[in-house]
Amino acid sequence: MLIDLTVCVGCNVCQGACKEENQLPPSEEKYLSLTAYTALSKYNDLYIRRMCQHCDVPTCVSVCPVAALSKADTGPVAYDAEKCIGCRYCLQACPYHVPKYEWSSTRPRIQKCKFCAPRLAKGLQPACAEACPTGATVFGERDELLLEAARRVSAEPTKYVPRIYGKDDVGGTSMLYLSPVPFEQLGFDARLGKIPMPMLTMSALSKVPNVLSVGGVMLGGIWWITNRRTEVAAFEASEKKGETPRPEDKP
Amino acid sequence: MKIRLLPRITRWHPIATTLILAGTLAAIARFTYGLGATTNLSDEFPWGLWIGFDFLGIGLAASGFTIVAAVHLFHAKEYEPIVRPAILTAFIGYMLVVLVLILDLGRPDHFWHPLVMWNPHSVMCEISWCLMLYTSVLSLEFAPIVLERFNILWPIKWIHAISLPLMIFGVLLSTLHQSSFGSLYLIVPNRLHALWYTPLLPVLFFISCLASGISMILLESLIFSRGGRDLLPTRLRANLAKVIAVILALYFVVRVENLLARGAWHDLTTVTYFSLAFYAEMLIGFVIPFGLLVVERVRNSRRGLYAASLLVVVGFALNRMNTAITGLENYPAQTYFPSMIEIFIMLGITALGFSAFSFVVKHLPIFEPVAVTPRVRQEAVTARPEPVFLTRHGGDLESS
Repeated sequence: MLIDLTVCVGCNVCQGACKEENQLPPSEEKYLSLTAYTALSKYNDLYIRRMCQHCDVPTCVSVCPVAALSKADTGPVAYDAEKCIGCRYCLQACPYHVPKYEWSSTRPRIQKCKFCAPRLAKGLQPACAEACPTGATVFGERDELLLEAARRVSAEPTKYVPRIYGKDDVGGTSMLYLSPVPFEQLGFDARLGKIPMPMLTMSALSKVPNVLSVGGVMLGGIWWITNRRTEVAAFEASEKKGETPRPEDKP
Repeated sequence: MKIRLLPRITRWHPIATTLILAGTLAAIARFTYGLGATTNLSDEFPWGLWIGFDFLGIGLAASGFTIVAAVHLFHAKEYEPIVRPAILTAFIGYMLVVLVLILDLGRPDHFWHPLVMWNPHSVMCEISWCLMLYTSVLSLEFAPIVLERFNILWPIKWIHAISLPLMIFGVLLSTLHQSSFGSLYLIVPNRLHALWYTPLLPVLFFISCLASGISMILLESLIFSRGGRDLLPTRLRANLAKVIAVILALYFVVRVENLLARGAWHDLTTVTYFSLAFYAEMLIGFVIPFGLLVVERVRNSRRGLYAASLLVVVGFALNRMNTAITGLENYPAQTYFPSMIEIFIMLGITALGFSAFSFVVKHLPIFEPVAVTPRVRQEAVTARPEPVFLTRHGGDLESS
């Protein structure tokens, strides 16, 4: 989805549609919560719509020990509460602080935007994009939306900052933003960089097979050498004394 | 030589019983009312005291693999008397951590899921596997001590037959998950304070666990002694102390060099909550004990060693808690202080661990000279309890 902040008027219809689609209590909320999978926050005269970014290489999917989170080819990052063990690593790791946890439950799950996966499967748009009256949120293929965003920026270079947020931030996200002011001023984290976060842990995890194989051979070798040394020492000691070596001491 | 001059905890039994009871009540509350009502955890701060405790428990249990590797793989046989205490410490440490993890998980009934639902990209998945496998290895390493107490000797032969690959596997698993606890935080460069976040986290976690594990076993060997005699002769204790000093120095150099290289040392030039926490952990856990341990007189003195090892352990605890809590209070600007229930559960589990340790020590031959084959060991166990201690020439027990 492409979200053009210059077009958004802050009507909050997107949140209403989202709540209806997901059968959530219909109150207006300013921040993401268990009952708000999308929320509008205001910076000066700009409304910024927040929701799960549905990253191309999602951090949450990579950290989940039981693969309860998964990324579909069509875009959505889906969650399976039946698998979830409640380790909360996704809450800790998500660079956008998106997943919310059912802290008050004794069988807690996480909640977040589902990218209306059931609607997408039926060939429909996400509820928020369909409801948006101004076209601030547009749904489409990511490649086409990127072209459209680039076209808008080059057509009106004074209106937009020359950046499409989400194009390659943390490896690219399904949500793309256009803004008239630098994104850092809008509460977007500017320190995230372009490398997908999962690469950070992969650099450590990829060494596991090496540690196991090289380490195993090395430790085995050290044992063999030190063991042999003890055997030889015992043998030499017994030879000096002129005794017959015990059978187990024979090298 | 009668052992004096070490502080002793009196009235341990009533204290432990109270703590365990309080912890049990707190655990019941946690399961009845859920995590939200009983902890101070939140969406902004999803991991707290318990995760810090896990790091601590696993780190202090590191002696389980270092001492086993030193004695059985590197053939430093003169340290054999501390192998059993080390294995017991590790075994109990891991059991406690498993207990805390089950309390900490949102869905404890799903705790077995990582075994069947894999995600090779997840550090947490790797840790779950390592924890499970290494706890099994520790059980096998610990089993002979229990079995021989009940005179069931046939399984010991089997365990003995696979002991070499088992020990190598155990050392490798430990290397992996001790460092992986650091890798957990590699993915939060935006959250963890620069004084703690570094790509070298796994390396630093591994190096520091070596020092804390050996310090822990040194503390035990000083506190628990049999018949007024030391478990290890002064010379060997001093050698271990030297090893700790070298590891501390290595850690210090790697950590500081890394701070300089990343430019994070700028954060140390001002007095903030974070810089003070950093100075505290580095001074208490690394600089001061290093300064103590390079002095020969300290290495040869019971009190000196006791103080230095205690500092290493405390500094290690600070380091892990800083990584798990303080460093994360950085972003988003968020403070966290554990709730009473979180604290009581942690204290209760700690008391449980100490009680389990002293119970096992009382009933099983942990602090005793060890023979190698089951047959000889059986004789050693059934014979008059006259502990044979090592000679200063380092003669090993196999030949004695």
